[in-house]
Amino acid sequence: MIKDQHALKEGTGFKSVSTLPRIGVYVCRCGLNIAQTVNCAKTAQAAQKLNGVVIAKDIGYACSEPGQHEIKSDIEKLGLNRIVIGSCSPRLHELTFRKMLQSVKLNPYLLEMANLREQCSWVHMTDKEGATQKAIDLIEMAVFRSSLLQPLYENTVPLTKRTLIIGGGVAGIQAALDLADNGYEVILVEKKPSIGGNMAQLDKTFPTMDCSI
Amino acid sequence: MTDVGRHPNIKLLTLSEVVDVSGYVGNFTAKILKKSRYVDEKECTACGECAKVCPVLRPDEFNVGLSSRRAIYIPFPQAVPASYVINANECLGYNPAVCSKCIDACTKKCIHFHMSDEEIEENIGSIIVATGFDLYEPKELEEYGYTRFENVLTSMEFERLVNAGGPTQGHIIRPTDRKPPKSIGFIQCVGSRSLKKGGAYCSNICCMNTIKSTLVLKEHDPDIDIKVFYIDIRAFGKGFEDLYMRSRKLCVNYIKGLPGSIYELPDHRLRVAVENANTAKIEQYDLDMLVLAIGLKPSATTRKLQEMLGLQLTSDGFFLEAHPKLQPVDAATRGIFFAGCAEAPKDIKDSVTQASAAAGRAIRLMHKGEITIEPITSEVIASQCKSCGICVEVCPYNAIVVDRQQKTPAQINTAACAGCGTCAAECPFGAIVMNHFTDAQITKQIDVLLQKDTKEKILTFACNWCSYAGADYAGVSRLQYPANIRIIRTMCSGRVDESFIWHAFKKGAPVVLVSGCHIGDCHYINANHWTEKRLVKIWKKMEKMGLRQERLQLAWISAAEGIRFAETMKHMERLRQSVTTEEIGQTIEILNKIS
Ligand SMILES: Cc1cc2nc3c(=O)[nH]c(=O)nc-3n(C[C@H](O)[C@H](O)[C@H](O)COP(=O)(O)OP(=O)(O)OC[C@H]3O[C@@H](n4cnc5c(N)ncnc54)[C@H](O)[C@@H]3O)c2cc1C
Ligand code: SF4
Ligand code: SF4
Ligand code: SF4
Repeated sequence: MIKDQHALKEGTGFKSVSTLPRIGVYVCRCGLNIAQTVNCAKTAQAAQKLNGVVIAKDIGYACSEPGQHEIKSDIEKLGLNRIVIGSCSPRLHELTFRKMLQSVKLNPYLLEMANLREQCSWVHMTDKEGATQKAIDLIEMAVFRSSLLQPLYENTVPLTKRTLIIGGGVAGIQAALDLADNGYEVILVEKKPSIGGNMAQLDKTFPTMDCSI
Repeated sequence: MTDVGRHPNIKLLTLSEVVDVSGYVGNFTAKILKKSRYVDEKECTACGECAKVCPVLRPDEFNVGLSSRRAIYIPFPQAVPASYVINANECLGYNPAVCSKCIDACTKKCIHFHMSDEEIEENIGSIIVATGFDLYEPKELEEYGYTRFENVLTSMEFERLVNAGGPTQGHIIRPTDRKPPKSIGFIQCVGSRSLKKGGAYCSNICCMNTIKSTLVLKEHDPDIDIKVFYIDIRAFGKGFEDLYMRSRKLCVNYIKGLPGSIYELPDHRLRVAVENANTAKIEQYDLDMLVLAIGLKPSATTRKLQEMLGLQLTSDGFFLEAHPKLQPVDAATRGIFFAGCAEAPKDIKDSVTQASAAAGRAIRLMHKGEITIEPITSEVIASQCKSCGICVEVCPYNAIVVDRQQKTPAQINTAACAGCGTCAAECPFGAIVMNHFTDAQITKQIDVLLQKDTKEKILTFACNWCSYAGADYAGVSRLQYPANIRIIRTMCSGRVDESFIWHAFKKGAPVVLVSGCHIGDCHYINANHWTEKRLVKIWKKMEKMGLRQERLQLAWISAAEGIRFAETMKHMERLRQSVTTEEIGQTIEILNKIS
């Protein structure tokens, strides 16, 4: 039933990415949320030694306006083409940082995050050394993964602004009217000679005890 | 209803069925078969002269056979379109030489015997499935005597009987003697909540419908004796309890227990024997009439549509929504929505609410006039594909097509692909690349995490929506667990390739955990079924190789189960401690020998 329409639109407006990764690593302290358990400076230093890493530093709040500004200016100044952020969960801020990359014309999928808060500092609060070692590992995993990331492009396809509604009972009728009143065309298909469905056969209806049609 | 017929934006096709749908979200094409009405619906004024002369008498479906109609008829007075229709199978004059009386009677000349079925093609961007329900037929429930005793009616027959527009003009009469009944019994859950006959589910509306009927009856005749036989009364909706209390105050007798048997007495009354759960006694009642509160079952056309549109059904046979709490009107297939009883039995209010929600979801999808396709989808490397079709089988979204006869490579419709990565994990020839979660990227993560202190590390695969979120939740709740856990995130546990696991063990991993959403909660419909199957396969192989199966664990952890996540981690640590350096060495040796 499905036609192929696969063709990733080669994005215009994004910087081309050379095969040589130039990675920027940012270890977020998240105030003290991460920093009180993880030695962020040490984590950044460890990252600095990794292949392809151009710059690695710890940073107050990566997601904040100044934090983002710092990262963005590094991207532009140093020609970074992969960004690794060790911070809170990507489920929280992946979109934020993707948008940040996009705003400096770097493909948003060249971002990699390491979860240093929900999955590290907050769950190993009594094991600072273990937590720091884990942070170093997670950042290293992210750095190596980031160098293999490929730019990806969202694709848009045109769409027909019409809706097919199958079944003309009270549900189909309501959906049809809502759509039609909003200016959308509707094709309402009913297999019987009249719409109305089961409700048309009812006398009074609960809970109001009034007529159905 | 009449608004639908008049609305300039609504094209109403009655006597029509969708016979095929192709394409994908935003760009579907539907083929619709419009059966001939033999009456021009635009011209017909519903004067009814035609039916007066028609010699054919047939039971009237609208009155569930309690009255009759002609071969040319209007389904009910308020029908939309307000037009007569000929049932061609019943009409004598389909060949005008035989009858054609109606043609002569119609002064507007809108009856045409030569009309033929039409096939219509429509391009649409979204689809709402609102096919409703069918009524349970109580014929198989012999003990209630529906087929044997004339005075046993279904709730729908009763509805027609009390309807002022119905066959008796709203007079409630006992079918055998056409006299008003002095006593009447209702039997609940007929065809519902039963593992043997009908459905196992609650049909949702029949308790309230019975309560409604008791109020209507008491209004007609305050002295009528009413008994309701029930399992329990479900009056959970807004204003429902009030109606129930009103019914009880009017001395309707609610008896907890379903009748075991029903006999007809010589005067056609019905003798009901029931074990009353409140008195723990077998009780007997003689009643003039009985009404069976029949259940709602999936519409007969459900299966056909399910196949045509690539939808899923619940075990009850109703359509399955993408998520029971968070996406209650979306089908898992993008661009398709559910409304009303097609999704599950419900009352009018809920049907209408869901219909408005479905319309809203459709508008949300369509308003921009284009749709965005997420780039985290999979891609086929055509040169490596052997057209085996495995990916087609595993994809929960029917996003892949392959022609196995022609041996053309598989094609993935990226608009339909949701990016679970199951196909990439299952393709035996490595012919599918899951963008952003490629083999190379994930293997690299494994390599890095196992390069130092390998014996101490616990490799955990977690799916984005449930177990990874559960791990986050453990963090938010500050639940502490050992720091040697390293998580690799995939969108779905279905992405965890068999090769990742062997790779990890070969690199010296002491233990590996694969985690995902609970079965039934998978964000990608049922992709985690494949995860489970895959792990069972790997466990079997491990056993054959002499590897301890325990070292590979599978855990279902939801986004809310922070505690479970932390506990699982502690369990993994205990397990890891049981793995010795020798055991790891042996494993590496065994695995190296094989490949
Ligand atoms: C006896 C009884 C009494 C009830 N009393 C009440 C009450 O008092 N109050 C209350 O709130 N609710 C009541 N209900 C429930 C109410 O009837 C439903 O909530 C309502 O009818 C659901 O509407 P629907 O549009 O989902 O389904 P339906 O009414 O079943 O409509 C579905 C429509 O789709 C059509 N269709 C099916 N398949 C196809 C196909 N493949 N192609 C084209 N068309 C198709 C059918 O012909 C039908 O017209 C009662 C139900 C029963 C059985
Ligand atoms: S609504 Fe009442 S009568 Fe209907 S199935 Fe549920 S419990 Fe039984
Ligand atoms: S599973 Fe792999 S080889 Fe088989 S059809 Fe799909 S892509 Fe081709
Ligand atoms: S990634 Fe999942 S949804 Fe996409 S084609 Fe493969 S199996 Fe289907």
